[in-house]
Amino acid sequence: MTATPLALPTTAVKVSLFRRLLTHPTGVVSLLVLFLVAVASALAPLLATHDPNTASLQDVLAKAGSEHLLGADSAGRDVLSRLLFAGQFSLAGALLALSVALVIGVTAGLIAGYYGGWFDSASSWLTGLTMALPGMVVLLAARAVLGPSMWLSMMIFGVLLSPAFFRLVYASVTAVRNELYVDAARVSGLSDFRIIGRHILTVVRAPVIIQSAMVLGIAIAIQAGLEFLGLGDLNIPTWGSMLNDGFINIFKSPTLVLWPSLMIGLVCIALTLLANAMRDELERSRGPVKKSRKAAAAAAAADAEGAAEKRGAAAVVHPDEPAGAENSNAGELLLEVTDLGVGYDQPDGSTTHVVNHVGLTVRRGEVHGLVGESGSGKTQTAFSILRLLPQGGRITGGSIFFEGKDLAHLSEKEMTRVRGKRIAYIPQEPMSNLDGAFTIGSQLTEPMRVCLGLSKAEARNRALALLAKVGIPNPERTFNAYPHQVSGGMAQRVLIAGAVSCEPDLLIADEPTTALDVTVQAEVLNLLRELQDELNMGVILVTHNFGVVADLCDRVTVMQTGRVVETGPVRAIFNNAQHPYTRQLLDAILEDTAPRGQYTTAGHNPAEKTAEPKELKGVTS
Amino acid sequence: MTETLLDVKDVVVEYPLKGFRKEPFKALKGVSLDIRPGETVGLVGESGSGKTTLGRAVLGLAPVTGGSIKYRGQEISKATRAQRKQLSHEIQVVFQDPYTSLNPSMTIEQILTEPLTVRKVERQAANKRVAELLDQVRLPHDAAHRLPREFSGGQRQRVAIARALALDPKLIVCDEPVSALDLSTQARVMELFIEIQERTGVAYLFVSHDLAVVRHLSHRVAVMYHGEIVEWGDGEQVTGAPEHPYTQRLFMAAPIPDPDRQAKHRADRLRLLELQREQDVQAGAA
Amino acid sequence: MYRFVLRRLFAGVLLLFVITTVAYLMLYAGGGDIARRIVGPTASDAQVALKASQLGLDRPLVVQYWDWLTSALTGDLGRSWFTGQLVSVGVSSRLSVTVSLVLGAVIIAALISVVIGVWAAVRRGWVDRVVQFVGVLGFAIPGFLIALGLVSLFALNLKWFKATGYVPISTSFGGWAATVTLPIIALSIGCIAAVVQQVRGSLIDALRQDYVRTLRARGLSFNRVVYKHVLRNAGGPALAVLAVQFIGLLGGAVIVEQIFALPGLGQITVAATGQGDIPVVMGVVVATAAIVVTVNLIIDLAQGWLNPKVRLS
Repeated sequence: MTATPLALPTTAVKVSLFRRLLTHPTGVVSLLVLFLVAVASALAPLLATHDPNTASLQDVLAKAGSEHLLGADSAGRDVLSRLLFAGQFSLAGALLALSVALVIGVTAGLIAGYYGGWFDSASSWLTGLTMALPGMVVLLAARAVLGPSMWLSMMIFGVLLSPAFFRLVYASVTAVRNELYVDAARVSGLSDFRIIGRHILTVVRAPVIIQSAMVLGIAIAIQAGLEFLGLGDLNIPTWGSMLNDGFINIFKSPTLVLWPSLMIGLVCIALTLLANAMRDELERSRGPVKKSRKAAAAAAAADAEGAAEKRGAAAVVHPDEPAGAENSNAGELLLEVTDLGVGYDQPDGSTTHVVNHVGLTVRRGEVHGLVGESGSGKTQTAFSILRLLPQGGRITGGSIFFEGKDLAHLSEKEMTRVRGKRIAYIPQEPMSNLDGAFTIGSQLTEPMRVCLGLSKAEARNRALALLAKVGIPNPERTFNAYPHQVSGGMAQRVLIAGAVSCEPDLLIADEPTTALDVTVQAEVLNLLRELQDELNMGVILVTHNFGVVADLCDRVTVMQTGRVVETGPVRAIFNNAQHPYTRQLLDAILEDTAPRGQYTTAGHNPAEKTAEPKELKGVTS
Repeated sequence: MTETLLDVKDVVVEYPLKGFRKEPFKALKGVSLDIRPGETVGLVGESGSGKTTLGRAVLGLAPVTGGSIKYRGQEISKATRAQRKQLSHEIQVVFQDPYTSLNPSMTIEQILTEPLTVRKVERQAANKRVAELLDQVRLPHDAAHRLPREFSGGQRQRVAIARALALDPKLIVCDEPVSALDLSTQARVMELFIEIQERTGVAYLFVSHDLAVVRHLSHRVAVMYHGEIVEWGDGEQVTGAPEHPYTQRLFMAAPIPDPDRQAKHRADRLRLLELQREQDVQAGAA
Repeated sequence: MYRFVLRRLFAGVLLLFVITTVAYLMLYAGGGDIARRIVGPTASDAQVALKASQLGLDRPLVVQYWDWLTSALTGDLGRSWFTGQLVSVGVSSRLSVTVSLVLGAVIIAALISVVIGVWAAVRRGWVDRVVQFVGVLGFAIPGFLIALGLVSLFALNLKWFKATGYVPISTSFGGWAATVTLPIIALSIGCIAAVVQQVRGSLIDALRQDYVRTLRARGLSFNRVVYKHVLRNAGGPALAVLAVQFIGLLGGAVIVEQIFALPGLGQITVAATGQGDIPVVMGVVVATAAIVVTVNLIIDLAQGWLNPKVRLS
């Protein structure tokens, strides 16, 4: 590892949305249908056998035949010809509505989202106003005043549809506006115009195209509805007016209503399916970005898996310290994990293994630290002991013995009885781990009533006592508060109170202090130590922080890419690490490094500025 | 005494709160510090202390309602967009989250040339510059045509550093640039920061919640608490023998990665808290 | 909580006022010479002027509006220009038909959507894929086409239901049910499709939340967590979609009433629109806006009940 840069994974090829749609089954069919309808309508003057508006008394309600391929309507006009010409007007009307909606919605959304201020408030209020009345009623009212003009109706409908784009663009822009890369562009001196063009339009473009397909479908439907009511312009053929004619004559000539229905239905379905296909493809291409860090880490672990296998590196196991040492409070064996494997089922049927052959023991009264960087599988190991792996994850092998029972093979019902009462869990992020819709008190008492069978009053008293015990100054007030009304540190204390509420034998704490400020962390660590002492629990402490390990743990297991690389008593790991990865982690600790030192002007000799980069020790990450 | 690069004096930042006649939220309550060329000034504090806001105020991303920020003697807290454009040559930024600080739909080359296009740099010169920048942060040249999602956290942060270096700035505001990284990656990225500083003489305003990180990088350190600087001075002294009660608490709160020393450290912390409580009681009584 | 309700109530009344004002000004100012349209192109100018003064159209618009508003507040919405019937009577006698249709469709849609949405979100796999595909289709096909299909299949061919007509619920529940079943089905299908998508989507999101794991780790069963916690959290976005759907249904009802020949609001709206009977159209706008404001208020209160952040901030 010299200055050679790290090899990068293969490039994901950027393929245009249109190209990808051609490989999507419903996408390509929808495109084809729309293309055919559009071409047929455009070529109506060439394809039509009759003039669409010429009435003929002897052809009234004529059956389909050689003269009229699809028959004739109640005025003796040729249905096929009308269908073709109607396509022109129906599609053009819908496109007009779409254009009006796009221009108003996108422009207003960009301005309101990017600049905010009064324009934001005003346009949001107007949006609410336009959405408060059914479009149909507004169109009917407009028709009462303005008369039967399809173009006018569609322009008004365009205005009514503009909130669909406004909201979409507004939401995207406000999300992007606060992205750090937009801040970075501002610092680089880019004008607002350029920022909108470079960073914001690119984000908004795809959703707007998808929405356009939906809106086009809605416009066609509403226009047909309006014409169907007989309130349209009688001089132009549209699918809706044909539907009206067909419905009036539904007893005499049932097929009349069929053809326009078919066209409207076909076009609307094709547009909606197209929108869905586009959304599918976009989501698929965006997949790796949207993946959570955990999933990405899991994938990284899978990549490294092969390498580790080849190395065949066995875990370094340090012997226990002789009895009488500080960890003498460790009691009987509580948990024994052997040969544990965890995998995620992939869409293609394969399984990505994120934990391999992991072994782990926890004794009563012992704190066992599970240490590693992201992707090491430490959290996955913890979740598999609780049997609460994320969607798609499952235990692929090995056993988890807890009090003589193999948790890996318990039924879900039996496992529910173990959780909470015997094995408890403290999460990392305090805020997201409380349900915002319920008070803290009800979330504390609900599991107690289920697990311990307490009455409401008993559970309440116990919860108040617990809140006091975890150092919450006003238990009554916190009990009645909602999660968003307390600080992160308080929320973490609440979660700890919940975890110990049923006096579990084993506590699994997943980075319990990572999301907290360092002064709060110190308090929470103290609290954990006190509770662990008092209840004599076994604890699995998942962390990446060696300070936390040193503070709490009796025993440490170091994990890398889903495997255990080293395990032993805490002092053995800190003072006598054998595995290169453990040493690398310990070397990266900054606490013991020398401070930067005094500022000297010699440090930035201008002559050095132009010098070539010096050869440095491997710094690739 | 050498010249001062950045001089922050009594800066106040207020965010208006929603609601009628509500007092605005004061994120900074009169903060002063200065940075010399080629120096690293560390800014430590806990969440809500205002450390990030100070960095953003220097960058023109936060509303400064009082005090002054002078860059080489020139007032910049009220800089117009055009003046900011000039300043982008001088002051740049590296943000915390390497996942959101790069536009996911732009290639690394597009990201790195963005600041250059504002300067209207020729395409060829720009491409050459991209190659230089990738060298500086030790990324391969073929990274230029890839998307950010193909890189790890540490690699992305290197790209962000390269973008900050594109215009040869004299000062880079680093907002928690290593906090989201794994331990070993963090160490390597910090080495890169030091190496670049030694080579180019750029100054850093280095914002972090981690005392150890700041200690490792900074010549001088400021400690922030509730929108104010409570301690400010030589890095070794502030991070090694702090004087302000809050800095002392902060210093004692961080656990030491050694079981035996941490046991002593923990006891020391409880003693310190007890002592400070007594002092508070006495102060209250007096 | 009181302040939350009062604030919502005030916003609702304000919205009602703004909608009716804008509608009035547009309807009465935008139509050109209204009196001429009523008396017809062959009438003399004197006849037109007489008609205009009879209807009070020769007064300034603001005066006309003030007059309308003050009588509207007492429940008097004027008379139809063509039939002379009181608008308030014409509208209110038909309101119950439309409201029973739309409300029926919304309630059925809400119940079915929750069941299907939970099923798809929890089971995933093929169930989810089928639900999604059918949902897309249901959403794509315009409601009146579904209504036409139902009429021709069940009423004309199978003769299970009567194609047209209406029996008030007060006369006979069975008769009422027989006449509204097909219209309600036609209206609710699109609504169900939209709400199912939302219920499914927000349930899947809510199931991924950290607190689900934490609550389960405390010994609550999966079902209990889903029905008590996840559903409540997913309820907010679903209700919002339901509110939007409700407004859409009011529009859809106009067409569906026409197809099934139901004597609802839609019928007088279409008739009044064709004639240019502005007072009746105005009455329909007021009635619709009032319904929308009421429903939005109910939904807002429900949102506040579901999400304490909404009601406490």
